[in-house]
Amino acid sequence: MNSAETTSKSAAAIDRARSQGRSALIGYLPAGYPSVEETIAAGIALAENGADLIEIGIPYSDPVMDGQVIQAATTEALAKGFHVRQVFDVVAGITSKTDAAVLVMTYWNPVVRMGVDEFSRRLAEAGGAGLITPDLIPDEAAQWMEASDKYGLDRVFLVAPSSTAERMQRTVDASRGFVYAVSIMGVTGARTSVSTAAKDVVAAAHNAGAERVCVGLGVSTADQVREIAAYAEGVIVGTALVAALRDGGVDAVGALTKDLSTGLTRESGLAQEAGA
Amino acid sequence: MADAPSGNADNNTAEAFLQGGSLRHAPGPYFGNYGGRWMPESLIAALDELEETFNKAKDDPEFRAQIADLNKNYSGRPSLLTEAKRFSQHAGGVRVFLKREDLNHTGSHKINNVLGQALLAKRMGKTRIIAETGAGQHGVASATAAALMGLECVVYMGAEDCRRQALNVARMELLGAKVIPVTSGSQTLKDAINDALRDWVANVSTTHYLLGTAAGAHPFPAMVRYFHEVIGEEARAQILEQEGRLPDAVCACIGGGSNAIGIFHGFLDDPSVKIYGFEAGGEGVETGRHAATITLGKPGVLHGARSYLMQDDDGQTIESHSISAGLDYPGVGPEHSYLADIGRVSYEPITDGEAMEAFRLLCRTEGIIPAIESSHALAGAIKVGQRLAAEDPASAADKIVIVNLSGRGDKDVATAAEWFDLLDKNSAESEIGKEGEQL
Repeated sequence: MNSAETTSKSAAAIDRARSQGRSALIGYLPAGYPSVEETIAAGIALAENGADLIEIGIPYSDPVMDGQVIQAATTEALAKGFHVRQVFDVVAGITSKTDAAVLVMTYWNPVVRMGVDEFSRRLAEAGGAGLITPDLIPDEAAQWMEASDKYGLDRVFLVAPSSTAERMQRTVDASRGFVYAVSIMGVTGARTSVSTAAKDVVAAAHNAGAERVCVGLGVSTADQVREIAAYAEGVIVGTALVAALRDGGVDAVGALTKDLSTGLTRESGLAQEAGA
Repeated sequence: MADAPSGNADNNTAEAFLQGGSLRHAPGPYFGNYGGRWMPESLIAALDELEETFNKAKDDPEFRAQIADLNKNYSGRPSLLTEAKRFSQHAGGVRVFLKREDLNHTGSHKINNVLGQALLAKRMGKTRIIAETGAGQHGVASATAAALMGLECVVYMGAEDCRRQALNVARMELLGAKVIPVTSGSQTLKDAINDALRDWVANVSTTHYLLGTAAGAHPFPAMVRYFHEVIGEEARAQILEQEGRLPDAVCACIGGGSNAIGIFHGFLDDPSVKIYGFEAGGEGVETGRHAATITLGKPGVLHGARSYLMQDDDGQTIESHSISAGLDYPGVGPEHSYLADIGRVSYEPITDGEAMEAFRLLCRTEGIIPAIESSHALAGAIKVGQRLAAEDPASAADKIVIVNLSGRGDKDVATAAEWFDLLDKNSAESEIGKEGEQL
């Protein structure tokens, strides 16, 4: 990965977890759902209950990688008048109160509209760690590569079970902070089991030189976290947290995060695998 | 509109292009600054596979023979080039010729693309196709191709459109397709595309996404254009044969822009031919309720391509409005954005009212009921003809304008009857018309 990695906030957060003998927990929340204030409160609850990194999603009109739970939340946020610039308030609100690395997950057009450089500058100013970009591949990312270098931001691209060896290499080389391994061919949403493909994607990313690979899509329980923590540096949970926020508010987010974090310890994950 | 020149900008670039090279057969992925692949990594392998299969097929005589055979013996090509003599009197007295895509099997140009892509799906060993549809035209065409070739077919359609187009839903189901109402987002065509993409990500190993227009991620814009190039090639050969010369202007309607890019392609390298694309101006571009993407949009990325886009200051897609469901899309194919920027094609809005007047005029003067989509091109041709006549009244009768009549209007009869207040207030059709049903 890129040499500027030493300054990566995401890498530092993952390494901190690693030094404690565990994988990192990454929790996703959409900005402005159910309000900007509650997103900040829920983000702080995530950090206080065991999340090492926080992923704040920008509600977008055409979220092609999201399943129904996240779509419903982001549609509601937009209907309530969420503006893209408010994501910087959310990031600043969380980073000022916690040590968690805060990334923004965004479809690309809102960034294009604001201007890639302007968006990056404001994200860095707010204390953000970088961007996760579900519909931006390195092939189209020239402006983002330049801006992320300029402002010291992490660029988290996705790799998938369908990625060829060549594309895996290209994406790992372009990434900074960590690589987001999509566990399954599909969109976001809780699933009863984690696809066996996830382990292969992580292995392929490691083989391509990635030092930090985090697995997302379909992860919703501590058991699933445990299974993934056995082979990946981080585990990403989204839909389950959004559903918790929807049904039980900030307290439910904290409680679920605490439960999920019990699955992070690598030893227990490996033990479980050995016993299986 | 600081950063949105609309088809007027850099004529020098266009001239340089025409002198130094060709605008035809642009292979993608980029058309100037537009196009590309703004897509999830999960789908890139499928796009690569599609591109490779398409490139091989293009150069394979057997594939080309298959397409030619289907075009002739299934779709009924070549479509006619009909002179519209009585209609012409309303277009400044210039001679208007209609490229009769309305006479194709299934009633529009859409069949050209679906047959080509369904053949490619079979070449890739895929057993299932998915498609999006607005009013149902592309859905019906996709269901037709799937039935012909023995493929499973699923069509995504906005829930509101399903209700308004109940008969087109029935048509697709008669052809063996499954129609899934889309309830996410604004429940329109763009959301149907979103749900089709979500399906594709999850089922890409068995499924081909049969996109209906010359938009989306590479290779779709160049590939869909390829299957529609036959429109322009035929039209050019037909006018040369019938009149011994090229037309002065070519007109087409633009939603995503597939019929337009098909006919434009035949004339892009003919500098004497002026080319016009007519967007849906809806209730008027000043009202905000329109689909005039190139006229008023700004460059952005949606559904896999960088192109002009109707969006707000946050980059959120704005809902489009048009009486024509087939033009009711907030994006446009990337090659059109490029042709607008270099000034090779002029893009102008046509309001619902102008389109409906042209619709009625063609019915009354030529005995042809056009699709409301195509009526935008007809309304544009009236303006172009009147301008040509104003420039040089003496030679108006020698000028030739070709209009791509991209589809027939049978589907639009109820909308038109409602628009022109032709229905008895107590009739069942009147009730249906109020709901926007298109029979």
